[in-house]
Amino acid sequence: MSTFLQSRWGVLTGFAVGAVLLLVLAPTGLSVFNLALLGKFICFAIVAVGIGLAWGRGGMLTLGQGVFFGLGAYIMAMHLKLADAFLFGGSGVPDFMSLYGSGEVPGWWEPFRSPVVTLIAVVLVPGLVALVLGLAVFKRRVKGAYFAILSQALAAAFAVFLIGQQATTGGSNGLSGFRSFFGFDLKDPSNKLMLYSIAAVVLLLAVGTSRQLMNSRFGELLIAVRDQEERVRFLGYDPATIKTVAYVIAAVMAGIAGALFVPIVGIISPADVGVIPSIAFLIGVAIGGRATLLGPVLGALSVAIAQASLSSTFPSFWVYFQGLLFVLVIGFMPGGLASLPGLVSRLRRHRAEQHPTEQRKTEPAPPRPILAPESAPPATATEVPEEASR
Amino acid sequence: MELLIGQMFAGLSLGSVLLLAALGLSLTFGQMGVINMAHGEFMMAGAYTAFVVQRSISDAGVSLLVSIPLGFLVGGLLGLVLEAVLLRRMYHRPLDTLLVTFGVAIILQQAARDIFGAPSVDVRAPAWLQGNIELLGAPIPLTRLFILLLSLLCLAGLVLVLKATPLGRRIRAAVLNRDLAETSGISTRRTDQLTFFIGSGLAGVAGVAVTLIGSTGPYLGTNYIVDAFLVVVAGGVGQIKGAVIAAFALGVLQSVFEFSTTASIGKVLILVLIVGFLQLRPQGIFSLKTRSLT
Repeated sequence: MSTFLQSRWGVLTGFAVGAVLLLVLAPTGLSVFNLALLGKFICFAIVAVGIGLAWGRGGMLTLGQGVFFGLGAYIMAMHLKLADAFLFGGSGVPDFMSLYGSGEVPGWWEPFRSPVVTLIAVVLVPGLVALVLGLAVFKRRVKGAYFAILSQALAAAFAVFLIGQQATTGGSNGLSGFRSFFGFDLKDPSNKLMLYSIAAVVLLLAVGTSRQLMNSRFGELLIAVRDQEERVRFLGYDPATIKTVAYVIAAVMAGIAGALFVPIVGIISPADVGVIPSIAFLIGVAIGGRATLLGPVLGALSVAIAQASLSSTFPSFWVYFQGLLFVLVIGFMPGGLASLPGLVSRLRRHRAEQHPTEQRKTEPAPPRPILAPESAPPATATEVPEEASR
Repeated sequence: MELLIGQMFAGLSLGSVLLLAALGLSLTFGQMGVINMAHGEFMMAGAYTAFVVQRSISDAGVSLLVSIPLGFLVGGLLGLVLEAVLLRRMYHRPLDTLLVTFGVAIILQQAARDIFGAPSVDVRAPAWLQGNIELLGAPIPLTRLFILLLSLLCLAGLVLVLKATPLGRRIRAAVLNRDLAETSGISTRRTDQLTFFIGSGLAGVAGVAVTLIGSTGPYLGTNYIVDAFLVVVAGGVGQIKGAVIAAFALGVLQSVFEFSTTASIGKVLILVLIVGFLQLRPQGIFSLKTRSLT
């Protein structure tokens, strides 16, 4: 079973099943409202794919993915605001600016009037920020907890910055009330379906990219860096470059997810990008299995669904539950749900080794199969390492 | 001139709160590699301790003096429980402790919200701490002066424990070389527990202190935890000297930046400065000299 899932055909089959589920079954079976909700969860899942790469494979605990998510989201939101103001307002100035600001569009908003610049910036800006930060941090061999804390401080500073600039970013209200998306009316259900489908295709592409990267030489190096950075350095590779590349890819995925989040959900505010949401991205990844291909996606989707169905009816209970998830999953099952089959089989083997005599007493032991060992050696790539170095 | 002195003192006062919060973090991070995100919630617990004590002792002065040791005890016991139940299983996975303690932190926040309610509560400062004194023409609030003195007192106490007691010697040995300390017959297990108790207790004291300058809410800890971690990183892990310099530098710089620009730009500038500083000294102001590669 597990060997089939890891084979080329297994992955292709899984991919096809996922595509049919997301692109055919979900749009026919779900209402327009629920489809939009699923679209939002898919945005979180795209972020999770990136985190799976950077954290699960690369060992970089990035607590600041909200920043890249926010960069993509705010760039898209600025464009939508400007386009709406041009289409419906006539004056070309977004509504909230005439309320809080000087009534003029600030200079750094201007580039995002162009749809082409916006689409490029959604990818490029988060990527460049991650590149600069990654090079600055990893080249100086700042790693582990230091990197985690810096990335968290980045998320905190970003949220504070957004809240402080009320006149140009909407402050803690954020940006909302979008009416069109590149000329398409956002109220039209068929356009909502289109947005959902774009998100679903992007998710499939992200998973595909991640799978190709994981199976490449780069993927092997990334795991090697995670497990034994010094040894990789001695072999002549530069761990900083490898880590930076993975970090940039994760940031770009988060940025694209943010840009899709804005038209689907209709609002972006500092509450979606600060310290807490940035850490919340991680729990789904951890539950699903941080170092696996599909674990982060499935984990993020199920956490988002659970949150949507629980938090509105039992808000207090949901917070306790989320806290417990962090404690139990990370504390006691670091491999996530994906490690369960391995744990069970190891337990079974352990039990069989403990009582070999009892078996022999009742009946002669069956001859051991020569060709097929009862279980393949576990793939090292999916195991979570014990981070021994401080 | 008065304005400048006032700003400098506001910075020192912010720095002294950061120092109180960061001392405990620096201890536990340095000795065990544990990144305790619930440290801010231990502060919050200390602050609520002051609130509860004041409800039963109406005299603000007495209740403050009672709250300080009690806050230490409450914070310390919370830390002890956290260490015994969760963290001691995870010393070989330092990064994961960050996420586990984050889970503990949001549980504690929600618990405080359910027990004390979402709106913030206020603790009255005693009469002898109300008012200002003049320093070179600038008014200095007495509460802030008190916090500065309290944090210096805690610092002196901690240094005394570390340098002059058998426990301190064991702690320093465990920080320098855990394996060797264990081989020499030190029970690192016991030492870890005591370190955690002291470090978390200091967070409780910090919590009592901040009730004097602001109101107490369930999310009080989140305001300080990120900055406190930045102090630890900039100062050098496990380095008391570094934490002191970094805390006061961060406090003063932040109030100067906020004064000359805005609060939000000030935060961003601080972060840029710290990333830039780590380019020069990736291990912080001071670092342990070891023969290991990392």
